[in-house]
Amino acid sequence: MSSATAIAARDEQPLYRRWLPLAVMSLALITAPLWFPRLGGYTALASGVLVFGLAAMGLNLLLGFTGVLSFGHAAYFGLGAYGAGLMLKYVAPSTPLAILVGTLLGGLAGTLFGLLIVRRRGVYFAMCTIAFGQIFYYIAYKWNDFTGGFDGLRGFHREPIGFGALAFDITNDTPFYYFTLLVFAIAVALMGLLLRSPFGRTLRAIRENERRARFLGIPVERHIWLSFSISCFFTALAGTLYALLNNFADPLALHYSQSGYFVIMAVLGGMRSFWGPLLGAAVFWVLKDFLSSALPTEWMAFLGAIFMLSVLFFPRGMLGMLKRRGVE
Amino acid sequence: MLTLILYNVTNGLMLGAFYVLMALGLSLILNLSNVINFAHGNFLALGAYMALELTKVVGFWGAFLIAPLLTALFGVAVELLMRFVYRRDPVYSLLLTFGLAFVMQGLMLWWWGPTPQEMHMVPALEAPVSADLFFITWYRVFMVAIVIVTVIGVFAFLRYTRVGLRIRAGTLDLDTVSALGVNVKLLRTFNFTMGCLLAGLSGVLATGAIGINPNMGDDLLMPSFIAIIIGGVGSLTGTLFGGLLIGVTAALTAAVYPAASEVVIFVMLVLVLLIRPRGLMGEEGMLT
Repeated sequence: MSSATAIAARDEQPLYRRWLPLAVMSLALITAPLWFPRLGGYTALASGVLVFGLAAMGLNLLLGFTGVLSFGHAAYFGLGAYGAGLMLKYVAPSTPLAILVGTLLGGLAGTLFGLLIVRRRGVYFAMCTIAFGQIFYYIAYKWNDFTGGFDGLRGFHREPIGFGALAFDITNDTPFYYFTLLVFAIAVALMGLLLRSPFGRTLRAIRENERRARFLGIPVERHIWLSFSISCFFTALAGTLYALLNNFADPLALHYSQSGYFVIMAVLGGMRSFWGPLLGAAVFWVLKDFLSSALPTEWMAFLGAIFMLSVLFFPRGMLGMLKRRGVE
Repeated sequence: MLTLILYNVTNGLMLGAFYVLMALGLSLILNLSNVINFAHGNFLALGAYMALELTKVVGFWGAFLIAPLLTALFGVAVELLMRFVYRRDPVYSLLLTFGLAFVMQGLMLWWWGPTPQEMHMVPALEAPVSADLFFITWYRVFMVAIVIVTVIGVFAFLRYTRVGLRIRAGTLDLDTVSALGVNVKLLRTFNFTMGCLLAGLSGVLATGAIGINPNMGDDLLMPSFIAIIIGGVGSLTGTLFGGLLIGVTAALTAAVYPAASEVVIFVMLVLVLLIRPRGLMGEEGMLT
């Protein structure tokens, strides 16, 4: 079944079948601080799932919907985190300003770098993104006085938002979870609108057949560049939330293994589906948290084995498999 | 002052030699199989640990010969696994080697522990060449000689043998090579193994230069990627020059301003992407 007919088939589904999963998911996310700690998690872990979910969904705009592989999105995630942290530490103790500055820093860096590499394709594109992403890792690692070096950037914390009677204290875990959820919901709604727009359909056309898209007069390079740039902005936004969540920004958030985590989240959940990366992020992040505390030395080997097995046996990801079963 | 510069240039050439060996192996695999081997640094570490263990049994020279071969043998097993993902989107092969890097590093961490280990060299190799230039030991001379011989060997192999010719042809158009009756599966396995052999060899050589620990290869991986991009994807000669270029540049920068020695490599990468996107010796249209 071609994807055009698949999209048409999805649009013709009865209303409840399209909205029910969304309603269930929203309910689960809104009530997460109530049920998640009872299952052995903690609220900050749930916030982490949202943060990484947003980052992976941002990456998936490029990977799953444009068909372009970036293995360097940690750079923009980390730039967001450092941007927010540096803003809070050195300039002004304001949470919204920190989010704005971090997002702009990561997004604009991605936009500029995208210009350099839009003509590359496939593995070569991926390799350029990996190599370029490491620049910021080394800068954060080496520039001790300003970024805190290997120990990471400390000495800042998230501030209450709003003024006077409208102030909302997000310094505790649960209020911050809801703040993250709000930002997440706005960002994801924007992303959904974007993908449903003619622009989003054009991106999918490029993914399905780049040459044909080019013959139809679509400026392919410009669209890939825009997609790369937008996806960097979303990932940088997630990065700012990451810094606020931990009150800390570490150079490992900029490392290429973090980029690999984002890619594996997208693939694990299903990179051809909109919500797949969120599911992948939830599974991955909870699993990593569990493994690294249960097996302090061996967790890397287990995590790697899980990566390899999921690539070999579940290439479509969890939602991809569900969907396929549903269609057939 | 002159000694200082000479000291840094020597260090640079040595690092460059590692970059060249690593990047050549990576480049071979990338050109033919279109796979970025994230685990290449771990293959290097594996080679180093093999040498460490084998030295106890057969001595340094025996280990020097056997350890790269054992590493290559492990490479064969990995390549058989890679066959599942060749026909799929590059994201899968990338994730597979990425996962493999985690598995290898985790297992080596578990088996040998995180503390760096020292290996006792043959005394003759540990002696400096002359008293004035104390930093040039015979080991370094030996290492550079081995790297030069290996590089010439690889290029001669690709240039003058039938299998080498097929690998070069496969780099340009694997489908046509397959249609002409070459067993492409076997060719890929052989090529991948050769890449791993080079990684194993650099691992053995690294035992005398870098402390042996599970993530010893990680710091060499990223410069090797950059060497490939700077030299031009698809061109082995380019990879060779790219590796030497960034090694010496990083070392010269280290003599002037040590903190910038890594960043300067990336500045070069950006410059190349800006001015000559296909790389110094790459051809437009290769793998792009």
